[in-house]
Amino acid sequence: MATDAFLSETVMITGHGGDTIEAYAALPQDPAPRGGVVVIHHMPGYDDGTKEITRNFAYHGYNAVCPNLYWREAPGAEPSDAAATSRAQGGVPDDRFLGDAEGAMRYLKGLANSNGKVGIIGYCSGGRHSWLANGSLPFDAAVVCYGAFIIGETPEGLPPRQNLAHLATTMSGPILGLFGNEDVFPTPAQVDELEGLLKDAGKPHEFHRYDNAGHAFFMVDRTSFRPEAAMDGWARIWDFFGRTIGG
Amino acid sequence: MCTYQTELLKVAGSGKGPAGWLRFTDASVYVDHPVHAMAGHTVNVDLRNPADGPSARVALELHPQAARELAEAILRSLAAVPEAVLAGG
Repeated sequence: MATDAFLSETVMITGHGGDTIEAYAALPQDPAPRGGVVVIHHMPGYDDGTKEITRNFAYHGYNAVCPNLYWREAPGAEPSDAAATSRAQGGVPDDRFLGDAEGAMRYLKGLANSNGKVGIIGYCSGGRHSWLANGSLPFDAAVVCYGAFIIGETPEGLPPRQNLAHLATTMSGPILGLFGNEDVFPTPAQVDELEGLLKDAGKPHEFHRYDNAGHAFFMVDRTSFRPEAAMDGWARIWDFFGRTIGG
Repeated sequence: MCTYQTELLKVAGSGKGPAGWLRFTDASVYVDHPVHAMAGHTVNVDLRNPADGPSARVALELHPQAARELAEAILRSLAAVPEAVLAGG
């Protein structure tokens, strides 16, 4: 149930450790109950593209909120400056991310028109975050878009990321995975492995893989954009969230 | 992919951005997604002065070949000047 009547604005939410952090919310103004979506920004930050994605969820009838994971390091900074500062300080620790994701979930559940269900979606590094959150917190659904370093060894020369394979057994909500067959992080073989982990754990999931698409095929302002994959991916997202958290 | 890879170093020098000149104290160098350059991955250089906040930054996003050519040009420039000139500051 698409709606043009939604309010998008910066809000402050309570994140990890009780910290107050900035978030971008897009909220349909209709009082009818609806699901919520936590949008996790990619590593380049809390940027215009991610805010557009957040508004797109509201247009499709969901309450949506995107926490600024770099707020502590760079409050009020231009998004790419904030991303650079966070990177220079070692990036976002997984436990802090989880506290912020939990705070975003709490914010959505506290809205007057919440139906009590909340999903999460993330792209790129946010795809890893989406897997991490759904395996650690009571989300009702999760979308993982080409998340790298969820499983497998980190290549030599790159900082190691914790292998999150073990979380397959603790997944809370169903999982929608969207991947490009030309991606190398994750490789198609790693996507197979990820899917195998969920099958073995008996966790509901559906994976879709696209030919002629690699990493970041949803990003409309990048050379990696692949409209056919992105359009089908969005259709899968609307169908998936419609069934799992209600629109 | 997001590489998470970052080289950090202390630097001395200045650079000019839209708000004027700033003195650099730190640099980050990494290969990852650019914000603006039209490429999947670029060599990104952030020349920064963290004491003046996150916006005290001059950012470069270079295609890999451009980064190599720039690095080689910098080294050639340094090699072409007598060491005594450089030592003199």
